[in-house]
Amino acid sequence: MAPPPQPSAQRQHRLHPLPLRVMHWINAVAIFIMIGSGWKIYNDDVIFGVLHFPDSVVIGKWAQYGLQWHFFGMWIFVINGIAYLSYGIVTGRFRRKLFPISVREIFVTVGDALRFHLSHDDLTHYNAVQKILYLGVMLAGIVIVISGLSLWKPVQFSELANLFGNFQTIRLVHFLCMAAIVGFILIHISLALLVPQSLVAMLSGGPVVDDGPPHTAPAPTEFESSQ
Amino acid sequence: MTDRRTPPRRRPNSNPVNDAVNKMSIRSRTPSLFRPRQPIGQHGLTDNRSLVDDINRRGVLRGAVSLGALTLLTGCDVSEDEPVQKALRAVSSWNDRVQAAIFRPNHLARTFRPSQVVKPPRFNAYYDIEDVKPIDGATWTLELAGRIEDKRPWTAQQIYQVAEQEIIIRHICVEGWDYIGQWSGPNLRNFFERVGADMTAKYVYFICADDYTESIDMATALHPQTILATKYAGDVLADPFGYPLRLRTSTKLGYKNAKWIKAIEVTNDFRETFWSKQGFNWFAGI
Repeated sequence: MAPPPQPSAQRQHRLHPLPLRVMHWINAVAIFIMIGSGWKIYNDDVIFGVLHFPDSVVIGKWAQYGLQWHFFGMWIFVINGIAYLSYGIVTGRFRRKLFPISVREIFVTVGDALRFHLSHDDLTHYNAVQKILYLGVMLAGIVIVISGLSLWKPVQFSELANLFGNFQTIRLVHFLCMAAIVGFILIHISLALLVPQSLVAMLSGGPVVDDGPPHTAPAPTEFESSQ
Repeated sequence: MTDRRTPPRRRPNSNPVNDAVNKMSIRSRTPSLFRPRQPIGQHGLTDNRSLVDDINRRGVLRGAVSLGALTLLTGCDVSEDEPVQKALRAVSSWNDRVQAAIFRPNHLARTFRPSQVVKPPRFNAYYDIEDVKPIDGATWTLELAGRIEDKRPWTAQQIYQVAEQEIIIRHICVEGWDYIGQWSGPNLRNFFERVGADMTAKYVYFICADDYTESIDMATALHPQTILATKYAGDVLADPFGYPLRLRTSTKLGYKNAKWIKAIEVTNDFRETFWSKQGFNWFAGI
């Protein structure tokens, strides 16, 4: 007689399944290339007179190298980004991890953060601020691609470019999305270093989680038991 | 093919080019937006010439060594490494093909009102505006080569007689700046029909008086907003902007718009151009 089926076994997986970790690190490389080369391209005609990225932080010694890297990196960023968004939607990961966002929880979390009372013991649950930051950076990622396509092909993709107005407005939007993503990366890396097990989890997969009904107590994990 | 039979070229009675040349000669130098008002002082160098030379001699070896070390430390630019550069250029060539595939042959770029036109246009070249070498319109000719039936050269007088098309379009430089310009001159497709160019050929090459070379794909050459510009804002082109003849197309970055054209060749052979040799994208469509 076959053993009875275990419905929960289907729902158990690592906090960060392998495809997600691979896409995360590909994205990290792509973002690095896009920002470094984007800064090189920006330097050729600055938007803000005072802001000029030092040569030591840009990718590409000459303009053409910056452009080559940017139009190479865009393929990785876009293809990987589409895969990531599709994965998050299809597997229900976004729905489980990023929703719902309670307005009350936002205030509570911000208050906790300001008093340095934030708890990171449970890696499997995102607080309201994390949810907003993750959704925000995804939105910035989408807008930076749309504005990037509009900059690259303002005539061929005129329907996209017309969403923004004139050419310099598109550049500004593209730049502000970059600034938002850089801001996110600073917070993201700082928190990952403050809570190293979150970094380990993005490498090794992290604790096994059960996609049961939301907000049930998570099963004991290797991290909790080791603390 | 009968439709490529060249109509007899009309000989002009009036002489608009001489008028243009006369107009140019009385025109003062282009307003000095791009020219420093005062030359940069060199006295610091000349007064201390011997010291400068001495430092140069002693510093050369040390400088070379530390520069090498710095390159290692900062990983200065891997883009220049042979395999990396080869890979990046391969992606750039792939991007050329993608751009050709998404090109919409009859999709018009946005046009603007005359009141939005920037005067004078913004100068761009691989050298400063000071170093522009003006062309004598009276002796200049446009040579035609390659897959063209009627290769008789054109004088400026003849080109300036051809019916004009005016386009007020945005110029976008690869650096990121842009401005709206008002250009007029013969439509390139009409010109090709007139001289019997093979419009099934792949490329159109432009050889310029300043040793610049540029080429575009035939689809772009035949786009309705691609012209051989002879005028800006209704006036004959000023020297820095390509007098007597330049390309202006609404679907390419600035550097594809060859200035001071002296020869046009229609061909199926791909050859690298001034900027593509240095690693800039060849198609450079917008």
